Amino acid sequence: MADTDQGSQPRVGGAPLVLPLAAVGAGDRPTVGGKAASLGELVRIGLRVPPGCVVTTAAFTAAMRAVDPEGSLVRQADRLDPDDYQLVARVTAEIRERIRAAPLLAELAAAIAAGYRELAAHDVDAAPVAVRSSAIAEDAADASFAGLQDTYLWVRGGEGVADRVRRCWASLYSVESVTYRLRRGWAATAMAVVVQRMVDARAAGVAFTRSPATGDRSVVTIEAAWGLGSAVVSGEVTPDTWVVNKVDGEILRRTVATKLRRHLPDPAGSGVLDEEVPRELQDRPCLSHADVEALARLACLVERHYATAQDIEWALARDLPPDRGLFLLQSRPETVWSRRQTAPVATPKPRAFDHVAALLSGRGTAGGESRRP
Amino acid sequence: MDGSGLIRSFPLPSEIADAPGAEGWQSMYPFYTRFQPEDDERFWFYNSMHFPEPMPAFDTITAEIPYTAIGANTARVFCFPTTLGIEHRIVNGRVYITAIPVLDPAEVERRLAVFNERAGYYFDNWDRLYESWKTRMRNLIAEIEAITVPELPELEDSEVVTRSTGVAQNHYVRERFHRCIDLYSKMWHHHTEFLMLGYGAYVVFFEFCKQAFPEIPDQMVARMVAGIEVMMYRPDDELRRLARLAVEGGLDDLFVDGCDPAEVLAALRGRGEAGGRWLEAFEQARDPWFHVSTGDGFYHHHRSWNDDLTVPFSALPRYVRLAREGQTLDRPTETLRQERERIAASYRDLLASEEERAAFDQMLGLCRVVFPYVEDHKFYCEHWFTSRFFQRIREFGELLARQGVLADAEDVFHLHHTEVDQALADVMLAWSAGGKPLGGAHFQPIVAERKRMLEALRQWSPPPALGPMPKALNDPAVKMLWGITAETIQAWASAAAGAGLDEREIGGYAASPGVVEGTARVVRDVNEIGQVREGEILVCPVTAPSWAPVFGKIKAAVSDIGGTMSHAAIVAREYGMPAVVGTGQATARIKTGQRLQVDGDRGVVRILDGG
Repeated sequence: MADTDQGSQPRVGGAPLVLPLAAVGAGDRPTVGGKAASLGELVRIGLRVPPGCVVTTAAFTAAMRAVDPEGSLVRQADRLDPDDYQLVARVTAEIRERIRAAPLLAELAAAIAAGYRELAAHDVDAAPVAVRSSAIAEDAADASFAGLQDTYLWVRGGEGVADRVRRCWASLYSVESVTYRLRRGWAATAMAVVVQRMVDARAAGVAFTRSPATGDRSVVTIEAAWGLGSAVVSGEVTPDTWVVNKVDGEILRRTVATKLRRHLPDPAGSGVLDEEVPRELQDRPCLSHADVEALARLACLVERHYATAQDIEWALARDLPPDRGLFLLQSRPETVWSRRQTAPVATPKPRAFDHVAALLSGRGTAGGESRRP
Repeated sequence: MDGSGLIRSFPLPSEIADAPGAEGWQSMYPFYTRFQPEDDERFWFYNSMHFPEPMPAFDTITAEIPYTAIGANTARVFCFPTTLGIEHRIVNGRVYITAIPVLDPAEVERRLAVFNERAGYYFDNWDRLYESWKTRMRNLIAEIEAITVPELPELEDSEVVTRSTGVAQNHYVRERFHRCIDLYSKMWHHHTEFLMLGYGAYVVFFEFCKQAFPEIPDQMVARMVAGIEVMMYRPDDELRRLARLAVEGGLDDLFVDGCDPAEVLAALRGRGEAGGRWLEAFEQARDPWFHVSTGDGFYHHHRSWNDDLTVPFSALPRYVRLAREGQTLDRPTETLRQERERIAASYRDLLASEEERAAFDQMLGLCRVVFPYVEDHKFYCEHWFTSRFFQRIREFGELLARQGVLADAEDVFHLHHTEVDQALADVMLAWSAGGKPLGGAHFQPIVAERKRMLEALRQWSPPPALGPMPKALNDPAVKMLWGITAETIQAWASAAAGAGLDEREIGGYAASPGVVEGTARVVRDVNEIGQVREGEILVCPVTAPSWAPVFGKIKAAVSDIGGTMSHAAIVAREYGMPAVVGTGQATARIKTGQRLQVDGDRGVVRILDGG
């Protein structure tokens, strides 16, 4: 845990219930979940992350103790047959219903309200936030478990936040999550929840520090579309794509897509609107050359910090100048290519010249081919 | 490319009709350059990189001799496992080539054993052998420089008697002409002695980089291996030095746009000590650096700077202006070196394992060993030696003109070298008999007809390739020297089928990064190079590095042929301007004056306005 002053944080049994993101780091994964730990780490290395706090697993554990004091329901869920859909649906529905219906413990409600006030700054009642599940197993390099738990965007007001926190907890017992865990033989874990100030994004998307198409480590691939990043992540829009060379920062390739849909904050107050992109914007690149360069630099910084390829979500704020408007929303280790076992492209040979002989005899440079005796 | 754009064959050689007005062009070229009926079964491509124009009869020697040498080295000397040599054919004045592959696996295996031993010896002793190569090449150059054409006086010098040499001048006419041809042949044997091995090392590194980093731009691979102190940069460096010297000596008023070299030199003689110092430096620079050709030595009209001082003198005023403004004209060699090392270290770090890094070190190390040769041989061979060679042939032309065989000395280049041999025999006979050569009546009409045919052939648009689509293209020479890969051939095929890019776009290799817009200047022939204006985009069949002064003026370069290792690509990167090379068709589709966008990042040229 980060060694910041936690004396003022409400605790249950000694563990804090809510922590500012700035106070957590990579080592806090067991109590704040992968998403919060990673965001805290990014804040700690000085990168621009929207202000936020995390409702820790201690809060979840305390809440569950109130909902299911004997732990019998949870144990029942852990023993279900994943193929018995009916039963899984019935048992999990009951757990979810109980979690959602139970009022928050008074000290937790106060802590969440305090956390919200803190990040809302002067915009006390109206500051829009994202409320996202931060599961313990989620985002780990060995289990890409993302998307199985809930995320709520553009939530406003302390009450609304408290409600979405309970819904996130409940999503740990969604049919999909439970079935996913049962099939892998995992017991139910705890759940933390990130509450984070939302960026009203002009454009947003993802950045990979390895080419998702070829696995190339020397490029950053950026995908972006108009509005909030949820349109890109959910696949509802074909994003613009840039491939940037890490070595000299040059843009190697740009593909401008026809971007038909975008997600915007609902002008009614809360929630997100899915709308058609105005015709004149559809075929326009949603990032400038400078945006792309800044984003690629940022992605490289994150990758260097973690010393492994990253899969990053980001947003470019609508109302801030470009040099202050680029925010990191999430970063997790890339899993597809790093899990793949590939033979080395080439291995050293007795003489450097042997590489030439191998190529000119039609055997290519391919890995590990030693010379025939 | 979609199914409708797919074609299985380019036009067959037998289907090529004589270019209108050039019927009978075959009489210019020897029988062994003629397409045969069975050649229809093989894939040929137009070598527009080396031969972007129709071939004058004499200039076919720049195909004939290199191909005798390159094949000798790959097929017979070093015994390349999968390839023999290159065959060439001429149709409508254009040179088409194909490589003969070795397909039988047992034969490849047998050749590999020999190759390992022989090529291994060259790689193991590269630096020492390259040093001896330079000595051999300098000796050849000294010998070609020393050759004089006999005067054929009315009476032999008395020394022939008093020293009893026993040989009259007409004998030396033939001996020395033959010597020129023989030296040219030896130069090419030396040229190709190291070349294919050097390219082999480069291809290995290139393929490794492409596999490890599928998205790596070709130019990044090139920049990791490129030399810094390259001889081909020297002529231009010398001009910058002379410009600085002019400013330091208060002589800069003489160097103005459009100045006449002879007048400037005469004026300098009257400018006291400073003028004298400049002239001395100028004379030093001329030998050898002004032997650089304005082309790349494959045509007789690729004159050297020494042959035509207007080329260096047209670049000097700009450098003088820059020097006067206090700009440093030196190439930032230290910065370039550091940048090269930084790039190589970055890619090395990005590799997956220490094992790959060790292989990378071996391959890059080998490239760095071979690169001084790969980059510098061109100056020794195509420029220095070849400029001297053409000067000698021109002197034989002067002899033939004096003897009334030719109307003009330059006409010698419209005779094949075996015909020059005949013309000289005629002169030798006439001189010894005291009669008149008969060649005038014979050769002058032939020369006039050939000049006319060459003009007609110039109008013909050669297809980029002939014959069936090849199944594979694994020849490292073809890939590295011509930038031709299976993808290039596909692109040609789709262009021929009317598919491919947007009709306003022309694709090629992204040879040097950046995107600019500007006005096109199409230069089909090196003699038109003087038309290039400041800030234009150069569009040419092949970009020759010795056009360096032009690179100081232009905004971007586009060529029909050339890979990312073509020297032009290297020079463009050096000047930091976008370049797209190997487009196959830029000079055919772009017209001077059109607005272009050159995207050196993607390798695309876009025509922005009509025409």
